[in-house]
Amino acid sequence: MTILGLVAAVLFIIALRGLSSASTSLLGNRFGMLGMGLAVALPFLAGDELPWAVAATIAVGGTIGFFIAKKIDMTALPQLLAAFHSLVGLAAVFIAGAICATPEAFCVATVADRIPLANAIEMSLGAAIGAITFSGSLVAFGKLQGILSGKPLRYPGQHKVNLFVALAIAALIAAFVYRQSVEYLVFAVLLAFLIGFFLIMPVGGADMPVIVSMLNSYSGWATAGIGFTLENEMLIIVGALVGTSGAILSNIMCKGMNRSLPNVVFGGLSGNNAASTAQSGAHGNVKLCSAEDAGFIIKNASSVIIVPGYGMAVAQAQHVLKELTDALRAEGISVKYAIHPVAGRMPGHMNVLLAEANIPYEDVFELDDINHEFGSTDVAIVIGANDITNPAAKDDPNSPIYGMPVLDVEKAKTVLFVKRSLGAGYAGIENALFFRDNTMMLLGDAKKVCENVLKAIKG
Amino acid sequence: MLSITTLTIFVLACFVGYYVVLKVTPALHAPLMSVTNAISSIIIVVALDAAAVSAARGNTFAVTSWFGIAAVFLTSINIVGGFLLTRRMLSMFSAKSKKKGERR
Repeated sequence: MTILGLVAAVLFIIALRGLSSASTSLLGNRFGMLGMGLAVALPFLAGDELPWAVAATIAVGGTIGFFIAKKIDMTALPQLLAAFHSLVGLAAVFIAGAICATPEAFCVATVADRIPLANAIEMSLGAAIGAITFSGSLVAFGKLQGILSGKPLRYPGQHKVNLFVALAIAALIAAFVYRQSVEYLVFAVLLAFLIGFFLIMPVGGADMPVIVSMLNSYSGWATAGIGFTLENEMLIIVGALVGTSGAILSNIMCKGMNRSLPNVVFGGLSGNNAASTAQSGAHGNVKLCSAEDAGFIIKNASSVIIVPGYGMAVAQAQHVLKELTDALRAEGISVKYAIHPVAGRMPGHMNVLLAEANIPYEDVFELDDINHEFGSTDVAIVIGANDITNPAAKDDPNSPIYGMPVLDVEKAKTVLFVKRSLGAGYAGIENALFFRDNTMMLLGDAKKVCENVLKAIKG
Repeated sequence: MLSITTLTIFVLACFVGYYVVLKVTPALHAPLMSVTNAISSIIIVVALDAAAVSAARGNTFAVTSWFGIAAVFLTSINIVGGFLLTRRMLSMFSAKSKKKGERR
């Protein structure tokens, strides 16, 4: 490894380390950019010539990236990241293609057309993981963007089909490694594209936080695979960093849902239980409440905790929430935000939207830090969240989400539940909270409801 | 090649990654994903080699170069997009901390 490669790798580690607090994170990101700048400049510093076509490609790609980063709506963040992951995956496939076409150009093989065993295996794995990352991320993108249905797609014998395809990929890679003919690898990669679709199609919309972080992890492992093939230590280090990072995030998301990774990927919850819980239907009385009543209740409170969910993101209600928070603070009411780890469609989704609306970082709390405070809070306002507040996760062993950590909103004196309709959550699970005596429902679009409540408070 | 040296580097880097990412505050998990996406595009260094190969060694390497150029295109979108998106998100977080500090 060249010394500059090592420097770049260290700079990336510093960039990740910077994310331990908001105050150091921007500086860390600058180190990361510097590391990437060094790594890209490296081949040219070594005296390689840069053909104009390559320079032009970087310029065009960079410009596209620049505009995407500037223009993208923060609400579209989960699907944007899914799209970004798909690009890394496809790039890994192309690079494997380049190595395969002329291994001698990469010093992988001494004799043309003959790739050593270990390198061939590593390259095939890199290409296959890259292909899965690409097609899997495309499906995730489609689901998050609403192009594909967020509902899980299931059919009988699904796992057997997936197993068969996985075995076929393994067999084709083995054939490629021994016979050294590229056709086998091409078929293996095509099947890997296919299995990426197969794996992500059955996953429901609300499980996306796990899937997006898992694909993040895959893009790292694909990078490491290419690094091993070429004995490029910098790629190995970066691949390992990204791979573990995504794995840790997936693990945190799984814990947030009290489920195992295989359970999310191979589906357990969403499909099986929808039918059985749907029949329990609406029971008990639901108390509806007008924006004026809600305004009155909030105005007479001394402490309020707001619990945002995916519904807030969809309705873009974060800016109105900021105004609401300011109005309440002006009345001397304490306002805090409680974030569940799997609220929204990706890790940290809610935090970014609240930050975008200028809601101070210090007023936003994680589940473990705020859960004990609901008991001493006057009003909990749930905005577009559902399952993460369902008390059935604590007291109903028959509930499909039993055991999942939830926010104890029902302990607040009054719960104001802002929701589009009285429908169940993503898994068709009835929220027991709706029927509690201290729960009042505000039906409608999260943004409109918040605007009306704000009017009632100011007026 | 899978030598003990590269394997050692890989395993140790996994541990470094584990302990560094564990320290990342949950509020910044979205920027974490966006920056890791950007740095995984480090494979651009291989793509650049591949893209430059036919210019250096002649037309028999044309296929390699086309693969390389395609990969350079995809990864450069990712690198610029990923880092700038991360910066945009992070500045939303830290602007708030600063303002809050001044108020105190």
